[in-house]
This record gives sequence, C-alpha cells and structure tokens, in this order.
Amino acid sequence: MVSAEEVARIIEAYPADRRFALAAMQDMQNEFNYVPEEGLEMLAEHLGCPIAQLFAMATFYKALSLTPKGKHIIKICNGTACHIRGAMNLVTGVKRELNIEPGETTEDGLFSVEIVNCVGSCALAPVMLVDGIYHNKLRVEQVPGIIDSYRAKDGEQHD
Amino acid sequence: MTKRTEKILVCCGTGCIANGALDVAAAIEAEVAARNLDVEVSVDVVRTGCSGECEQGPVVRLMPRDTMYYRVKESDASAIIDSLEGDPVEKLLLKKDGMQVEHMDENPFYALQHKVVLKDVGIIDPLSLDDYIAHGGYEGLKRALEMTPEHIIDEVDKSGLRGKGGAGFPTGRKWRTAAGYDVFPKYIVCNGDEGDPGAFMDGSTMEGSPHAVIEGMIIGALAIGAEEGILYIRDEYALARDHIQKAIDSAYEAGILGDSILGTSHKLHLSIVRGGGAFVCGESTALMASIEGRVGEPRAKYIRSVQRGLFDHPTVLNNVETLASIPTILRDGSEEYAKLGTENSKGTKVFAMVGKVKHTGLVEVPMGTTLRTLIYDIGGGIIDDRPFKAIQTGGPSGGCIPESLLDLPVDFDTLTEHGAMMGSGGMIVMDDRSCMVEVARYYVDFLCEESCGKCTPCREGLRQMRAILTDICEGRGQEGDIELLERICHTMEDASLCALGRTAANPVLTTIKFFRDEYEAHIKEHRCPAGVCAELTQFVIDAAACTGCGMCMRACPADAISGEKKQAHTIDPAKCIACGSCREACHFSAVLTEGRSA
Repeated sequence: MVSAEEVARIIEAYPADRRFALAAMQDMQNEFNYVPEEGLEMLAEHLGCPIAQLFAMATFYKALSLTPKGKHIIKICNGTACHIRGAMNLVTGVKRELNIEPGETTEDGLFSVEIVNCVGSCALAPVMLVDGIYHNKLRVEQVPGIIDSYRAKDGEQHD
Repeated sequence: MTKRTEKILVCCGTGCIANGALDVAAAIEAEVAARNLDVEVSVDVVRTGCSGECEQGPVVRLMPRDTMYYRVKESDASAIIDSLEGDPVEKLLLKKDGMQVEHMDENPFYALQHKVVLKDVGIIDPLSLDDYIAHGGYEGLKRALEMTPEHIIDEVDKSGLRGKGGAGFPTGRKWRTAAGYDVFPKYIVCNGDEGDPGAFMDGSTMEGSPHAVIEGMIIGALAIGAEEGILYIRDEYALARDHIQKAIDSAYEAGILGDSILGTSHKLHLSIVRGGGAFVCGESTALMASIEGRVGEPRAKYIRSVQRGLFDHPTVLNNVETLASIPTILRDGSEEYAKLGTENSKGTKVFAMVGKVKHTGLVEVPMGTTLRTLIYDIGGGIIDDRPFKAIQTGGPSGGCIPESLLDLPVDFDTLTEHGAMMGSGGMIVMDDRSCMVEVARYYVDFLCEESCGKCTPCREGLRQMRAILTDICEGRGQEGDIELLERICHTMEDASLCALGRTAANPVLTTIKFFRDEYEAHIKEHRCPAGVCAELTQFVIDAAACTGCGMCMRACPADAISGEKKQAHTIDPAKCIACGSCREACHFSAVLTEGRSA
C-alpha cells in the first residue's frame, strides 16, 4: 500500500510548475513500481492542474504505468539488430516459460515482461534485460535457466 | 627521478559493461593495489566510454604503448599487469589474417575511421574534467568567449556543419535565425532522445565524452544569447544521464557553468530532463511539449521553434552529435573541419553498424565514405561470409539499400535521392536470411506503436499498412496488396503532420522498389525466400549433408528434432515452430527451407 507521506515527499521535492509533472511521476514509478491514483490526485493539486492532464501523460509515456509491475522486470529488446537476430524467438520462449503476454505480470507478482525498442547494445544482439542486468547474444534455450535463477533467488530469501 | 606513467583504459560503455567490463576494471584495480608495483610505474585504471568495437568487448587499452586487448576476462588481470613491463599478452590481441595486431591504428576497424565527435570517447575518463581539459577540452569555449556571437555563428556556418540527427539543417543558419530574435529568455536544447532502433551513437557520446556535449551547448548559448539550456535524454539511457549530470556538476564547480562562465559576464544554467519513453519525442515540437510537462505530441510548424519554441520563446534544438562537433570546430577552425567530407556534407558522421556484420560497433568516418567501405573494409564483411542482401539506414524513417547501390557515397543528400536516407546513423546489415517484407512489417509495427495518434494519415495509415503486411507475412496476401501499400504510403507522405508519419513510408517503399520479388513470392507462391516468416516456411534437414552432430537438436526449443548420433536427423513438422534456431546452429548448411503448402 502506498502511503500519502511517501507520495508527498516525492511531489514536494519539485516546485509547483507543470514542467516537473513528468519527473515527479517518474519518481513515483521508480519508488512504487507504478503511478498510484492517489499520486495523480496529489500531484494535480500540487501543480494546480486538472487530473485529466496528468492521466493523459501517464497513459502516453511508456515509462509510466498505472498498474503495479512485477518484482522482476524482464525487458526483451526488439530493436532492429535484435529483431533480425531472433528477438521474437526470445519473446516466444519467455511467454512459454511464464504463460503471460508481453505487457503483463505473472499472477504471483514475480515477473513483468516488456518488449522494448533498442537498449543500445546492438552489437550484442539479441539482448534480454532482467532488472537492468544484460543477458547478451542470448539463445532461446537459455531463457528457462535465467528465469529459474531469479525464482531460486527469491526462494532462498523466503526460506 | 620522474615516474613513468602507464594508463590502463578499460572501456565501460553500455556494450562492454554488458560483457562484464566493470568486473574486469575491478579485477585490474585490485591487481594493481595488491601488487605494490615497481616505483617507476604508476597505473591508472580509467573507466572510459565506448571504444566502438562492442562485439569484441570488454576492450582494454594500455597507454602510451598503445596495446589493445579484446574479450578480456577478470582472470586476465594479472597477465595484463605483467605485460606493462614485457611482451603483450598474445591471446588477448586481435588476430587479422593470421597476424596479431597490437596497436589500435593497425586494426582496420579503426584505421579507416576519422574521429572528431568520438575523438575522446574511449580515450579519456568521462568523469574527469581534468582529463577532458588535458585533451584540449574547453579550448573551443575559450576562443568563443573572445569572439562576438556574430563571429561564432560565421565560424560554424563556414564549417558547413549540418544537423546530424538526420534532417541535415545547416547549424549556422539555425543559430543565426535564433540570434536574430530579441525575445528573452532564449533556450538551447540538446536532443538526446535517441530512439531509432539500431542506433546508439548519441548515447555512447554522452557516456564517453559528456563535456564535449556541454561545451557545444555553452558555445551555442553564447552565439544565440541563451542563458538556460536543457538536455532531454532518453529514459532508457541511465548511464548517459549519470555521466552528463556528473559533468554538469563538475563544470559548475570549475566555474565553467553558472552565473559567470570562466570569469566573464556570460551566464548559462544547464539541467537534464528525462524522457518518458516515447519515440515521437525525438521530433522537435513533441520534445518541447514534453519538456513543458505535456503529452509529447507534435504541432504543425507554421511558426518555427527558433522563433517560438520552448515556452513560446526562441529555442535552438541541436542533436548530441552536432553539439559534440562544435568544440573541435571552434578550437581548430572551420577550415580544418570543412576539409573533411563532400561538397554539401562537411565533416564526419558516426554510424552504429550492427546486424549481420562481422565487426559491429560505432564507427566515425568522413561524409562521403561508401557503404561498401563501411561494410566490407571497416565492418569486415558479413558474418560467416554469407551473401549480403541489404543495408537498412536511417531507422524507421529510412530505407533498405540493395547490393547494386553499395558504391554510393553516404552523405545527407545522395541516399535521399535513392529513396532512403542517412538519417541519424543507424546501419543494420542484413544477409540472405533476413526477410525484407518482415523487415518492412517490423518498422511499420514499431511506428504504429509509437505514432502519437494526433493526425489521421499517420494513425490510420500505419494501422492499415500493418494489417496488410501481416497478412502478407502470414500467407494471406492478395493480388493488389503491393499497389494498395504504395497508395497508402503516398497519402501519408503528403498529409502527415510531422516527420514520423511523412517518412514512415520509406521502409515500405524501398523494400517494394528493390525487393518486389520477395513480396511477390509471399503473395503468389506462399513462400518466404529468406525462411523467416513462420507460416510460409518449413525447415527440413538435408540427409546427405547432415553429419548427425546433434547441434540442431540441442538448439531446438520445441524438441522437434530427433536422430541418432552420426545419423541424419529429422524435423517433426508437427512440433516445429519454424524459429530457425536449427539453421543458425548447423555448421554444415544441412538445414534447408521450403515453402509450406497452404
């Protein structure tokens, strides 16, 4: 649950000026893994603008999400270089392993899968990132092992 | 006794970090600390930006002896330190035609390049202002401070510099127009929202030489009379943002930025705005809308940004690579810069060469270099020496260029005359296993996702093109589809609001123009000649060529391949998902494709 104090702390770091709306929402995204509704309300009040304008931004920019994302974020790069070196096969592999479509989060809240456009490592294509860690020149048969390693790590923490 | 200084440069660009460069740097640092090295040698481990040869990374360079090591591992740290005093570590050197290449300029990947923008990238420590200054940094700014704005603009004008983000608008003319308006405040904005898939030169420049971008912005601000500048940097580029922020901080501390630039009465304040992850925000008016805290939608440009841009004030927007070229032009003079390149495209251009080429990475060459030189001499040719099919330039706004046009010089105008464009500098090399219809669908799909939806031709045109191209790729293509695509393309070119929609037709039109037979094979013969479109492709193993090594079996993600050791294997068509992993894995060209009967 997101507390009003935490939201207030993020918002009040910025002057009451529309030009900081995106930055404040990105901070919320980083902090909570999504932009909560109460966050939009409080930000609208702080900036003195209609909440609809912030909602428009939150749905326009890909960096922002209105629903919580998973604990581990898997990004499969589908930039041109990765695409012609088999990125879509990686997508199929991840879909089979997690039973979710890109853009979705697993029921246990562990993984979110996203297809992204070019992470700037074209020379190492195809690339998949898990929580910002690069897995390069990846072959589809390596995908289950990588996902299992994150499951195992979480399992250890619970024990 | 004076100490001899040895430097160990570890490339820590995004590519090398992904290959484990940070661990290598740490291992070398630990080794240096543990060794208690000879008093005469002091070693600096410098975390540099991208050296360009990302595929061979992590790359480590010893200076001043100029030894380049490739594919370095943590366990090599000890041998590398040993080599400071002795022979180079042979196994880490580049091998070229059976010979070992020790020095950077003997490697053809670098020998044919000419670095202006990237001259310090991979050489200096991007986080050290002193290092930048020691390499001639801020000399250009000092010259600019002694000049009138008019004089600075003349100098940039004479250099022939044009906007390297792709549009190629003369930078001097843009600055002169903005300088002419007496409306204050004015803004200078750096476009670091590099979004073309397959292009990463701006990100690497910001990571590897952040002060060059900042110096370019200060000079631009002096020329137009701006006192505030903003760098709009793509959301995905965390490392670039970090390096730029640290460079801004150190420039403030050194009195280079702030209320008194190097002790003069000139002011400039710089800040970073983080992009929101929308491709269209690379478009100038959408980018400014995004900075203002609105949805990043473009507007019609009846009034240009140089007159009324950010917050309705005169604004100059320049691309990262353009700004990073400015310090050299001011320091060495416009004549030096104008000696490089072609008549109408001066200087150099950085390309991100990726795809199915042997040496991938960033290259900087004089304008006018041919595609053939780029691909074969610098890039080393096609992986596995397969046949070349096409090179895609200019990202989603560019086109696919066939073999017959490889001798064209690459500059702002020549490729455009042939329906493609140089664009921001992404170059994706494709071989005979790349399907051109699928590539067109890929770009249309990308643009369809990224279209902001404000104008109808772009929003609806892309959606219809995606549907038609998907039908063709999946075996539902019909006679007349090609002509229909062409009609939609021409409408979008004529009627779209911004460049995203106006250039969206290029990937489709160029693939139709140069590879029409592939479209026809999909539509009329239900066959994908490249063996990429799954619905139209069946993989079979040539029993005569198969050695039974089992590589394909291990690579298959669907367990569709079976066979005894040293016996010809077979593919079960019912299980096969036509991903092509087996074909990539096979060393004996035993995996063939055939059309799938509908």
